[in-house]
Amino acid sequence: MTINNAIATSTRATQLRAHALRMVHAVNASHIGTCLSMADLLAVLYGGILNVHPSEPQWPNRDRLILSKGHGAAILYAALAEAGFFAVDELATYCQKGSQFTGHISHHIPGVEVSTGSLGHGLSFGTGMALASKADGLNWRVFVILSDGELDEGSNWEPILLAPHLKLDNLIAIVDYNKIQSFGRVDEVLPLEPLKAKWEAFGWEVQEVDGHDHQALHATLGTIPFKPGKPSVVIAHTIKGKGVSFMENELAWHYRSPNELLLEQALAELGCNS
Amino acid sequence: MRTRFIETLCRLAQEDDRIWLICGDLGYSVLEAFRDRFPNRYLNAGVAEQNMTTMAAGLAHSGKIVFTYSIANFPVMRCLEQIRNDVCYHNLPVKVVAVGGGLAYGTQGYTHHGVEDLAVTRVLPNMTVFAPGDPWEAECVTESAAALPGPCYIRLGKAGEPVVHEERPAFRVGEPLTLRTGTDVAILSTGGMLVTALAAAQLLQEKGILASVVSVPTIQPFSDTAFVFAGKPAAFVATVEEHAEGGLATIVAERIAFGGYDTRLLPFRLGREPLSVAGSQEELRAMKGLSSQAIASNIHQWLST
Repeated sequence: MTINNAIATSTRATQLRAHALRMVHAVNASHIGTCLSMADLLAVLYGGILNVHPSEPQWPNRDRLILSKGHGAAILYAALAEAGFFAVDELATYCQKGSQFTGHISHHIPGVEVSTGSLGHGLSFGTGMALASKADGLNWRVFVILSDGELDEGSNWEPILLAPHLKLDNLIAIVDYNKIQSFGRVDEVLPLEPLKAKWEAFGWEVQEVDGHDHQALHATLGTIPFKPGKPSVVIAHTIKGKGVSFMENELAWHYRSPNELLLEQALAELGCNS
Repeated sequence: MRTRFIETLCRLAQEDDRIWLICGDLGYSVLEAFRDRFPNRYLNAGVAEQNMTTMAAGLAHSGKIVFTYSIANFPVMRCLEQIRNDVCYHNLPVKVVAVGGGLAYGTQGYTHHGVEDLAVTRVLPNMTVFAPGDPWEAECVTESAAALPGPCYIRLGKAGEPVVHEERPAFRVGEPLTLRTGTDVAILSTGGMLVTALAAAQLLQEKGILASVVSVPTIQPFSDTAFVFAGKPAAFVATVEEHAEGGLATIVAERIAFGGYDTRLLPFRLGREPLSVAGSQEELRAMKGLSSQAIASNIHQWLST
């Protein structure tokens, strides 16, 4: 079963990558690298981990997902479309004049809980939601996807300090640890290591995972909470630009958008020629 | 005001279990009443206003009505982006409460002077901004804040402000409250300056000048009826506020311009220069011309020229 799930979500991740590439290409948008690094995470989350009803986005007992790294909007829109929250055709309006599909994630889109874009907000938002779920005796969970560079924001360390104190084992942070931030490599700009030890020291239960290994992601995300009474954090080791050889581990693809030729090359590598 | 605030909040919380209170590790001798009665809806977020504010947004997103509480600038300035993006953009029922607004923490220095809060909060989307003038107004705005579906900011004084209204006023969000009528000049006051404004009006009366005094407990939305009486704009308006530029005087100036009113405006407010000396609230106010004597004297001179 797990292997079948992994195959299905792996195929889905490739679709999401192709969507995101076409979307940023169409409007010359930035941030394709960060989209590609979390394609597998989103495919797995919406491929059986998150308890959501796409036909009823506001279903009260849904699991909440917050994309705190709001600049990765394109691929979350793609994931929501493929999950059935809205028609895939609507992705074509991404960043077009008058479209609600803004370049940073927008809560005006079905399935999106929270608008982000300024870094360091999502985990606090999720902490409040998880507290509400607990206070009401409900079982819904909150997943917050953070970037690595985002952890430079001091505001993150306030909920990292508080959530264990509140014993919020329905709160799950996922760090898309692709090792490249906005203007350089994480280990050069502001090193995070030892990252696992930092979260552990603050009272979180930590698991590290290969963020592109679908079997490992299903196994890890399927066993939350890692420890009752403690919030969980998944440090997902990823590759910025994953899946397109010339984008992988290249800072430039935080900003660049593929032209027609490079889009075709990228889609060909994914096996998604249009 | 803060005492009336917490009494009112406790009463409201008794009636509505959606009401929560989160503080930023401040509220000693004030918040215990709520904490002890509603321990499951009270949280001390620690000295972490950014988290306090966005966590409140998360709770509000999940159906709660959340009051955040700290002193002076801390619940506003430190976490302004959290208020802007997480609370206001999402139009969530988070009610930011700052106790000790204005120069209430006079001797503590500029870091504790909440004197730009009205300017920054009133321009935020969906935000309702309150600055009550006495304990009755504090009670009314607390009730309204809890009832309004969106974000609110409440600037409170500290403790011990005198009761100005003889009885519960007929408060409505956005509407001014007239305490005194007079035809020569309209004195508009917001927040804790109300007593001073009334005293100034009394001094003016002794000089034969009849001033109306209008309390403006709601800064945003603002109603022109604060100085347009029965469709006729007051010819002379003086604004009184414990606030720098961007507050009541700025709002009234905009309204005069936009409305094309034939009205002259004399603002009594703080300047842009920080007050960098110690002094009691009264002493610091007086240094900036915010005493009843200075206000009355300047209005008298203004009307005489």
